[in-house]
This record gives sequence, C-alpha cells and structure tokens, in this order.
Amino acid sequence: MSLEAKDLTFRYPRRSRGSVLEGVFLTVEPGERVGLSAPSGRGKTTLCKLLSGYERPDRGEVLLDGRPLSSYKGFCPVQMIWQHPETAVDPLLRLGETLYEAGPVEDRLLDALHIQPAWLERYPLELSGGELQRFCIARALREGVRYLLCDEITAMLDLITQAQIWDFLLEEARQRELGLVIVSHNTLLLERLCTRIHPLT
Amino acid sequence: MSRWNQRKRTLALLGCAALLLCAVTVAGLLFQPLAMETDFANKQLAPGPGHWFGTDWMGRDMLARTLTGLSLSIRIGLLTAVVSALLSVLLGVTAALGRRADAVISWCIDLFLGIPHILLVMLISLAFGRGFVGVVAGVSLSHWPSLARVIRGEVLQLRQTTYVRAAERLGVPRGRIIRRHMLPHLLPQFLTGLILQFPHAILHEASVTFLGFGLSPEQPAIGVILSESMRYLTTGKWWLALFPGLSLVLVVLLFAALGEGVRRLLHPASAHQ
Repeated sequence: MSLEAKDLTFRYPRRSRGSVLEGVFLTVEPGERVGLSAPSGRGKTTLCKLLSGYERPDRGEVLLDGRPLSSYKGFCPVQMIWQHPETAVDPLLRLGETLYEAGPVEDRLLDALHIQPAWLERYPLELSGGELQRFCIARALREGVRYLLCDEITAMLDLITQAQIWDFLLEEARQRELGLVIVSHNTLLLERLCTRIHPLT
Repeated sequence: MSRWNQRKRTLALLGCAALLLCAVTVAGLLFQPLAMETDFANKQLAPGPGHWFGTDWMGRDMLARTLTGLSLSIRIGLLTAVVSALLSVLLGVTAALGRRADAVISWCIDLFLGIPHILLVMLISLAFGRGFVGVVAGVSLSHWPSLARVIRGEVLQLRQTTYVRAAERLGVPRGRIIRRHMLPHLLPQFLTGLILQFPHAILHEASVTFLGFGLSPEQPAIGVILSESMRYLTTGKWWLALFPGLSLVLVVLLFAALGEGVRRLLHPASAHQ
C-alpha cells in the first residue's frame, strides 16, 4: 500500500547533458510526509513529474500498491501541485470550469481554502498566484487522491497564507491518510512539516 | 461616443461591418436582373447622375454590376474560406493527435504546397464541372494546407502545456480536452486564417475565371468585370476598373476589421478595455 520509485533514471530528450535522475529509490507510505531537498537543478521537480505520471522514466518504474502507475486510467491517484499555478490553469477558461472539469469538488474544500464563490466566475488573469494555487490544491484533493506531490507550492505566498495552507493540508492528509511529498528550499519549513527528509543526491 | 468603452465600440464597429457586408450581398442579389440588362443607347457613359458608376460597352449599369459581382465574391469567398478553414482545423487537430495520422497528413500538406495553387484550382474546378461549384471546390480544396500546418503546430504545443497535461492527469476525457482546452486557443488562428483566405479566394476565383476554368463570362463576377475592363482601360474608360476595384478593396478591409474586432472581443486579456 505505498508509492514506490524503483531505480528511476531519466534524461530529457535531445539534451546532451547526462541524466537528471540516476537510480533513484523512494518509498512513500500513506500518512507519511516526505521532504525532498536538494540544490536547484538536481531533479526534484523531475522526480515529482515521474511519480505523478507526467513523464515516463527511461529505466526503472513507479509502482502504486505494487501496480505500475501507468495502468491507472482516468483520475490519477497521485496528483502533483505545480510551483507555478498560473501555468497549470487554462487562461481561457473561467476558474469554475477549471475546478469542476474533471468532476465534483467538495464545498468543504473550497471553504477551508478560503476560495470565494465570486472567484469561480473569473479568468486566471484576474486572480493572484496564491489564489490560483488554492484552486490547484482543491482540484487535486478530489475523491480518490492518495498521494500529493507539492512542488514548492507556497514559495510565492506570504507567511500567514503559507501557514494557513500547510495547516489545512496537514489536517487533510491526516484525516484522509494521504501520503505527501514536499519539495522546498526552505529547510526550516521541511523540518516543521515532514516526518522524514529525503536528500536527493 | 466617449462614454462607451472600447469593448462596446468594437462591438458597434463589428455590427456595422457585418451589416454593410450583408447589405452588399443582399443588394447584389436584388440588382442581378439590372446587371444583365443591356441598353445600347447608353453605352460607355462616364459616371453621372443616372449611372453613378457609369456604364460599360453594352450599356449595362456598372453600379448594379459591381454590387452583383461583390455579392457573388462575398458568397464564394465566405463559403470557400469557411470550408477550407474547417478542413484545416479537422486535419490539423487529427495530425497533432496521432503519429501515423501525422505522417499521412504532413505528407499531404507537403504535396499540396508543392503544386502551384492556380494549377490545382484549375484542375479541381475542371473536375467539378466549373461554374460556382467548381470554383468553390477548387479554392477550398487547395487552400487548407498552410492553415492546417499552423494548427498542427499549435496543437502540438498545446499538448505540452502544463494545464493540458494536468487536465489529463485529473482524468478529463480526451474529447473534452480537445473541446475546452484546445479549440478556444485555436480560434485566433482559425479566424486569421479565415480572413486571409478571403482575398485569396476572390483573387483565385478571378484568375480561374479569367483563364476560362471558372465562372462563365456572362456572370457579373468581380473577376470577370475587372478582366473585361482591362480591354477598355487604354481607351480612357477608367471607371470600369476603378469603382469595382475600390469596392473590392473596401469589402476586404471590412472583413479584416470584422476579424480583428472578433479577436479582440474574444481575448480575455482585453476584457476590461
């Protein structure tokens, strides 16, 4: 019952530089909060992309409950929340459409994330990064999600909002037995949030 | 006027342009009998109170002929532009979504772009039996490749964007992704393609007609009028070419304004202007 990365190796196509990731092993159990820390360019985001199925590894595999992640159809139980929410929502769609396009989202989540109903009628251009990030979190927390990969999701927020969002996420993860992978450059934040820290070398 | 914001002004401009184009189309249809009416007592009159655009060598009223010709051109232009733009979107999207389809369609695009347009239009028009149907088929079947290529590239790029890939991971069905995330982004390209197609269509209609593979010469098409007027231009009958030519330019400009206005209204970044 866990998310496992086995011997992941990945290089971006058409780049002469070597692999971004080489032989990476990582296991995340439900309810666990794993912090990923490494200097820039070491493949933290790439690892998240591989774990959530955005990219396929050149070698190795990602297993969820022992089954390859690619065998899950439809809503992927491993969801990634991106560092830049403004690239993760369609600029031509109202946020209400973006939020509900894959299915219903509980109202409880919108309240907890302080998403105001009026925002649903707006376009992404009319909201700030922090406001957009709440939408990205809400849609990733749909029913069926088991693991959440948070790639620097609060880097652009002020401290109070950061605290609010993390409080909410930790509570949600505890209640629903979600596994979290948290990427941040802020070691203090990682120490505060995570049950263990996995240095990516 | 100053109390209106830019959005309203654009909308008003759009309405005017559309109305004017409709009016020309309808007027052309109404004037059709008059455009064919010959009156040898009044041939080759200069523009004046009775005949605003003058008359030609058979005494036909040039205003009526111009309107009828424009009407025909607008109808042909619209029809061919719409047909070929739809064809481009269909083929471009198909090409971008499958590797094998991409190979076939890209090959077709290269093939069509490799053959001179006018030759292709002539052959297709001939195969479809000339006339209105021939010209429409010829122009629309030969003008899709460049737009299809643009759209294919655009879709390939869209597929790589974070929001489309996030939607895929969220389990949004493929059809809905195409409809909601791709088609709206293709609209500007589609409209630009549609507008650029329009003068092309008219020009090609005129040239095939001139070469005798398109509309029959007794039809008052703008191409026929212009090529006829070339014969009389050297003898000082300037009005035969000037007014029809000017009105053709005007119609094309109106279409361009229409396209630009629609683009502006649809773009969310300009929602508050």
